[in-house]
Amino acid sequence: QLEEEKDEDSFDMEVAVTNPEKIGKEYFFLTIFELMNRTFSVWRRFSDFLGLYEKLSVKHSLNGCIIPPPPEKSVVGMTKVKVGKDDSSSADFVERRRAALERYLQRVVCHPSLLQDPDVREFLERDELPRAVGTHTLSGAGFLKMINRASDAVSKMTIKISDSDAWFDNKLQEVESEELQLRKLHAVVDSLVNHRKELCGNTAVFAKSMAMLGNSEDNTALSRALSQLAEVEDKMETLHQEQAASDFFILAELLADYIRLLGAVRGCFEQRMKTWQRWQEAQSTLQKKREVEAKLLWANKPDKLQQAKEEITEWEGKVTQYERDFDRISVTVRKEFLRFEKQKSKDFKSQIVKYLESLLQSQQRHVKFWEAFLPEAKAIA
Amino acid sequence: MMEEAREGSLSVSAQTIRVTEAVRDGDALTFIVISQKLSGSGEYHVARTHEDFQWLQQCLFSQEVVPGILGVIFPPLPAKPQLNAPAKVLKQLGFLAMGEDWRMYCMALETYLQQVAAHTTLSKNKCLENFLTSSEPPGRQRVRKGIFNRLSQAMEGMRKEGHKDVDDFFQTERDNNLTLTGCSKSATERFIDVVLTEQKLAVACGHFSTALHLCVEQEEDSAVLAFSNGSVPMIKNYRPLHALICVKLSEVIDSIKRNFESVAENNLSTLGLGLDLESRCQEAEKEMLYRRTCKLVELETASRNAERAKPVKKAAMDELKVAAEKEFDHVSGVAKQEIARFHSTHVELLRQALILWCEKQLETARDTSFRYSQHLQAFKGLGE
Repeated sequence: QLEEEKDEDSFDMEVAVTNPEKIGKEYFFLTIFELMNRTFSVWRRFSDFLGLYEKLSVKHSLNGCIIPPPPEKSVVGMTKVKVGKDDSSSADFVERRRAALERYLQRVVCHPSLLQDPDVREFLERDELPRAVGTHTLSGAGFLKMINRASDAVSKMTIKISDSDAWFDNKLQEVESEELQLRKLHAVVDSLVNHRKELCGNTAVFAKSMAMLGNSEDNTALSRALSQLAEVEDKMETLHQEQAASDFFILAELLADYIRLLGAVRGCFEQRMKTWQRWQEAQSTLQKKREVEAKLLWANKPDKLQQAKEEITEWEGKVTQYERDFDRISVTVRKEFLRFEKQKSKDFKSQIVKYLESLLQSQQRHVKFWEAFLPEAKAIA
Repeated sequence: MMEEAREGSLSVSAQTIRVTEAVRDGDALTFIVISQKLSGSGEYHVARTHEDFQWLQQCLFSQEVVPGILGVIFPPLPAKPQLNAPAKVLKQLGFLAMGEDWRMYCMALETYLQQVAAHTTLSKNKCLENFLTSSEPPGRQRVRKGIFNRLSQAMEGMRKEGHKDVDDFFQTERDNNLTLTGCSKSATERFIDVVLTEQKLAVACGHFSTALHLCVEQEEDSAVLAFSNGSVPMIKNYRPLHALICVKLSEVIDSIKRNFESVAENNLSTLGLGLDLESRCQEAEKEMLYRRTCKLVELETASRNAERAKPVKKAAMDELKVAAEKEFDHVSGVAKQEIARFHSTHVELLRQALILWCEKQLETARDTSFRYSQHLQAFKGLGE
């Protein structure tokens, strides 16, 4: 039963979502994708992305597929970070949304089954998409609520499927505890971002006070040095600002994405449980039908007997079907989970590398600022 | 320098004075003061409390026999620390309350003593000799309050502070000093805010690092080690790789934490201390200028009285006027010298603080940069 994992990265499509523009009365994002060295682009609304999720969810979640969750609709989702002004015109908000849409779409096209889906194809190829309806329930908190309700219902039935199901049990437990850990990490990173923003503010105010001190100073060289110091501090403030953005856009959003993805993974496992249940219930219904047939045989009612036999055949068919469904979904969930784990490690590693690169770059600029200031300080006489 | 200690001159070398530590004894702090004998034959070790320092300061203030003593800019003594209220202490002492084991505070006391010992007039005071060399704590007897009755000065302060000067040099100096006092105090306070936030960031990084460690379960630690040695195949189980990522990331966060701690420490011990001292010295100059202004007011009053005096009192009033004039001239003379000295030491003080600050921050920045690039290389190679 241990399958070898095939390498399914046959083509890697790269997508990019760029800044929104107003076309007519609505905002559209230019969505660019590159495949086999050719570049295509289409204009899509935020609600188009949500609509895509809805369609995929309806079709594929019953198979045990991990459907990437849609981007957050509101600014205040899981985060307490004040992302600039809380209105949609703020640059931070726009960037956050743009980046989230890009990551979402990238995950969709990386999924080998989803990439084949006609709705995905349509999303990528069609010039204009009709407005999606009923997407308001689907993003952010609404999505999470949906997942949590489903999992509550399932956990209330304490089902032990079989011993060979230990793998699924283990993995579900791992997923649940990992989700908790990521939530904790997210809260910690949140506070880190807030402190960095505080440092920005303090640095800017300090820079101003040093500039004033420099202006009041008689000694020319000292005055000059103090003004230079004020400039250095201003530059530091910019660096802090950028680093806070980095903390947020790279780390915090990564964690937020995976918290939601783990929710989707849980959803798959629960879907499998439901499938098993349906099979079990069908078996018990079949059993009841057989008992009815036996009773009818005994009571000798030939007309009802025919109907009973038909129902038995029907339910035998269903039992077979449902068993096959359960086997199929088990295979899918297992495969999906392994793919998810592989992707997760890849994602975390690449995002952390990106974070480190920004950290390093920022730090190197710090070094340059200090190197430039030292001769100024030494020039004071 | 094999100089014999002369009557009225200090027997220790000013630059060698150190306040090496603060020993906490219940509710009081005792400071260890060490100084090298000028004769080169050893050193003095004494233990002093803040009350002893205050006694010294009072002694210096009470030197009425020295003409023009009012024109001296007295080195500022840091306020007594309130031991049991950390929040209040921070507000009261700013940078001097930060740093471990009262290190910053000790340095401020050290600077105070060095400044007193380096001052041509103040260093001759026997109280200083006593303070630095006597194994017994200096007499705690109450020193005459003398001319520095601060309370009454404060009451009249408002009226006299703005009193117009007769000398352009002094008027300019007073105006500049007023601005500088305000600016340096403000800069010091803003810098404290910066340092406090940096310390908060270090703590937040600590939490982050801890949270990452909690993500790695115990049984995975050995798996992590095996994985990082390349001995576990990674096809079916990504948990070891994921755990390794968590561990490595926490190392990165630890480096970030260490960077913030160093940056805050550097800020504190160089520029922070420098700004604090600058701010207190500007205040000291302000007090001197104020005392001179008060003398000016006295003189102007005496002159008016002499002018308006009836023939009976005229001679007496004239005498008073002459005395006031003489005193005022002395004070102004001393003040001018003090101001010149103050200007050059203040520039030198800030220069040293700025250079030291820059050098330390540069070193820390380079260290951190190196560490980050190591982390980056390690991460790029993970799981390959």
